[in-house]
Amino acid sequence: MIIKILGSGCRKCVALGDNAKAAAATAGREAEIVKVTDFADIASYGVMSTPGLVIDEKLVSSGKVLTTAEIGEILKRL
Amino acid sequence: MIGDVFGWLNDQLLRMQWLADLVTLLLRDGFGLDTAGRIGGSIHFFIYDVIKIFILLGALIFGISYIQSYFPPERTRRILGGISGLPANILAALLGTVTPFCSCSSIPIFIGFTSAGLPVGITFSFLISSPLVDLASVILLASIFSWPIALAYVVVGLVIAVIGGTLLGWAGMDRYVESFVFRNPVVAHDGAEAALTRRQRLQFARDQVVDIVSRVWPYILIGVGIGAAIHNWIPQDLIAALLGQDKWWSVLLATLAGVPMYADIFGTLPIAEALVARGAGLGTALAFMMAVTALSLPSLILLKRVVRLPLLAAFTGIVTVGIIAIGYLFNAFGYLFV
Repeated sequence: MIIKILGSGCRKCVALGDNAKAAAATAGREAEIVKVTDFADIASYGVMSTPGLVIDEKLVSSGKVLTTAEIGEILKRL
Repeated sequence: MIGDVFGWLNDQLLRMQWLADLVTLLLRDGFGLDTAGRIGGSIHFFIYDVIKIFILLGALIFGISYIQSYFPPERTRRILGGISGLPANILAALLGTVTPFCSCSSIPIFIGFTSAGLPVGITFSFLISSPLVDLASVILLASIFSWPIALAYVVVGLVIAVIGGTLLGWAGMDRYVESFVFRNPVVAHDGAEAALTRRQRLQFARDQVVDIVSRVWPYILIGVGIGAAIHNWIPQDLIAALLGQDKWWSVLLATLAGVPMYADIFGTLPIAEALVARGAGLGTALAFMMAVTALSLPSLILLKRVVRLPLLAAFTGIVTVGIIAIGYLFNAFGYLFV
């Protein structure tokens, strides 16, 4: 599973990345965290407010730092 | 009677007269400093302004972010997609004041709006008003200057945004947008416009306070530091001679100095406050503030990646001319507000 964090490296993006990593670990999923910082790449996912969260090329959230538990819920549904 | 109560509330809550008095008391009785003197005055300005701005900022951002949680960019884009012409420019400028915005998200928003088919002129009305007319900054302006000045600032800021965007649209600037922008998909994920619960909105508001304060505090300290220096160390005659409102070049000078600079409006306010207190024209100080917040080299360099030079130059030119015009207007009619 590839988890992408969309954002220019602000503190929120770092927090979201950490939560995603923790959520994947809790769910027992093998996950690679990729940081996407280029504006054109970020926009290509249709994101207008960062940070955005993309799991296996599907945009699941934007503009907020999801908690570890919230990401865990999303992982269950996928 | 009601006027007295309102005046008292305004002085104590917004201007925080109690804080100014407290700092004076503390400096005089605790450290034996005369706040009318140079050193005491600088220290007083610094302590009072820093505390005041941080208190107001925290409270304001919390309240305003709560309102903003109703206007994510996705919703703003959908609202704007349904209308056209001048009403669209006006609405875009208004939405610019309530959509959560930081300069780091201007490019994704630009691409998101443009790829969804919004005309460039309308997108620019939004992008001009967003940094310029921030709801929090309006209340800070009211705190530092007065309500009429704050309201006049909002109106002229919106006018610049509407006229600027309209002119860019008329000039057919759409053709100078980099072509990759149009090729982006317009996708909205399921959760983008989902109704938030009150708890999520409160959470969002709290996160915004932490995020914004942790981002802007150095600018505030630097701004207040410069303000304190202007307030007590630079001779009043010099400021009046350079930036006094009877000097025809003052607005020009303040605007051109402000354009390349990058600072948050919260860091710029104390500088404007000190400039006005020391004899600069109100229009001159406001022009400086607008130039610093609306245009900056870093944001122009970012914009260059999505638009070509003619559009970038037209945008910079129109906003600069607008700010200069407003500076002269305020200098000419500013006496109405004081």
